[in-house]
Amino acid sequence: MASVTFDHVVKRYTSDLTVVKDFNVEVADKEFMVLVGPSGCGKSTALRMLAGLESISEGQIRIGDRVINNIAAKDRDIAMVFQSYALYPHMSVYDNMAFPLQMQHMKKAEIDKRVKSASSSLGLGNFLDRKPRALSGGQRQRVALGRAIVRNPQVFLLDEPLSNLDAKLRAQTRIELQKLHRDLGTTFIYVTHDQVEAMTMGDRIAIMNAGILQQVGTPGDIYDHPANIFVAGFVGTPTMNFVAATVQDGVATASGFHVKLPKALPAAKGTLGFRPEAVTDRIPDPDSAMEMKVDVVERLGSDQFLYGKVGGDSVTARVDPRIKVEPGDSIKLGLDTRTLHFFDSETELSLL
Amino acid sequence: MSAVSPATKPVTLERRSLLSAIRPSRAILNIVLVVSAVFWLVPTIGLAIISLRPESLFQQSGWWTALTAPSQLTLSNYQTLFAQGLVARGVLDSLLTSLEITVPATLLVTIISSLTAYSLVFGRWPGRSVVFLVIVGLLVVPIQVALIPVVQEYRVFGDLSGFNPFGTIPGVVIFHVAFGLPFGIFLMYNFYSGIPKEMLEAGRIDGAGEWQLFRRVALPLGLPAAASLMIFQFIWVWNDLLVALIFLGNNKHATLTIFLFEQTRTLAANYWIISTGAMISIFIPLIVFFSFQRYFVRGVLAGAVK
Repeated sequence: MASVTFDHVVKRYTSDLTVVKDFNVEVADKEFMVLVGPSGCGKSTALRMLAGLESISEGQIRIGDRVINNIAAKDRDIAMVFQSYALYPHMSVYDNMAFPLQMQHMKKAEIDKRVKSASSSLGLGNFLDRKPRALSGGQRQRVALGRAIVRNPQVFLLDEPLSNLDAKLRAQTRIELQKLHRDLGTTFIYVTHDQVEAMTMGDRIAIMNAGILQQVGTPGDIYDHPANIFVAGFVGTPTMNFVAATVQDGVATASGFHVKLPKALPAAKGTLGFRPEAVTDRIPDPDSAMEMKVDVVERLGSDQFLYGKVGGDSVTARVDPRIKVEPGDSIKLGLDTRTLHFFDSETELSLL
Repeated sequence: MSAVSPATKPVTLERRSLLSAIRPSRAILNIVLVVSAVFWLVPTIGLAIISLRPESLFQQSGWWTALTAPSQLTLSNYQTLFAQGLVARGVLDSLLTSLEITVPATLLVTIISSLTAYSLVFGRWPGRSVVFLVIVGLLVVPIQVALIPVVQEYRVFGDLSGFNPFGTIPGVVIFHVAFGLPFGIFLMYNFYSGIPKEMLEAGRIDGAGEWQLFRRVALPLGLPAAASLMIFQFIWVWNDLLVALIFLGNNKHATLTIFLFEQTRTLAANYWIISTGAMISIFIPLIVFFSFQRYFVRGVLAGAVK
């Protein structure tokens, strides 16, 4: 039962090296919050400040109503799963999972009960006597999870826990982690650089870049209404199309096409953004149609992506996979104007 | 999985041909090892046989004649030496004195080095790297430079506290600990540096305090290094003559090295005592070495193979 609040948190190493700048996020009780951003954006530092592994330069972090700035890591009632798992190599699986409970001076019988139940729910029941080096990567990852679960902590921190797993296991563990979150009913804070993990797992996502929080919201919210160019470009694969455009009388004009904007804008020029799935072979409005010269064709079975030039701008389009297109072809494409974005050329903030 | 299996066959084939290419050179390696082992063992075996032959035979023939006449061998030298009992400056008394110096000096160096290195590597206080650099600098200070200053400091300490460690066993132990620590800290520091920081961080989050982190995580992981350090330190202190001679010279007790040294000086012909005493003084380090040997190999390789 714990919410987590980052209140104007700053992490500064030297006077000119600030890795987290004025970070404000409220994580609700039992929420699955994902901190996502490119490497070096400060997301891990934010997590480590919450865990008590880094000091807090300015601001406050609260768990529930308790300010934890000056509380030692061991007293914060937090469990953490590390990217490298950080299992104790000289201890068996059982002892690895029992260690945090022994530190709480829990009774042997209670420790035994908790370790047994956690290990069987994670499918580790047969490996309790093994040392970590005799386990596969996926099993080690589950031991690290188990070591966190047995404690029944107030907050569960996960620092890129899936990045050492192969693609198939990663997809599977993603689902298991969501189940785990539901079963435990604990607040989860999950750090990753992978926007797919963020989009699929988070109740809400906090996107960071260069130490600055860009946007907090549900995955759908962030996908449909990115607050700025960075967020728009970070979320979604393939990336959103960005083309320079001028605006006159409610019509945005790019180098190869023009489109009527859904509402009036205060700016005369900026960046027009639209996702690949908004550019298709269906042409809802002949006015905004465009001619693409195709450079690369990607067929994924369910989708077909075309990469090419519209006028002077690079554009990605998602078309019906049954259409036959070859590199070098020209194809006429339509633009779905319902999901247009327009960004200020100076502030890069969304104006639509 | 199916993509892996076709690739497996050529790999094993290649490995087999590689092994057969290695084999002749491995035979040479074994010969070299055996020859060097024999070379190393011959003097020791010679010493052992001398100590097992009657004194009278020493003048008449070389120890190797015992190889063809094993009936010469007797334990009488040992019996004579041990029969003295615990007389001051006798062999048993010296053995005991050596142990009284070596065991505490070894344990203290190992424990203090482990604790210091833990704090230097995993602690979060400013100036750690400076302290470590100073310790590395102390590595190159020769013992001889410190002998006289330490004697003087012992006297000052004696004037202040009423206990002058000079000439006492604690005085020798303190000296050995002081000069063992730089290397000990250096060795443990390098070993602890190889432990991923995340492992300690995980421990902190798991609720362990610094002492528990040291005892439950760092110490067990550093066991190979600590065992190597114990062996090194034990053998150094055990074999020390200079410090013992200066700091214990006037004491009524002497170490085994002093005991042997005095035999050569005063009774040049007493080879039976020297050989027998030398065997006794070899015996203890061998016990230490063999009991920690399996850690020793790992400790020496640690860091190199990482």
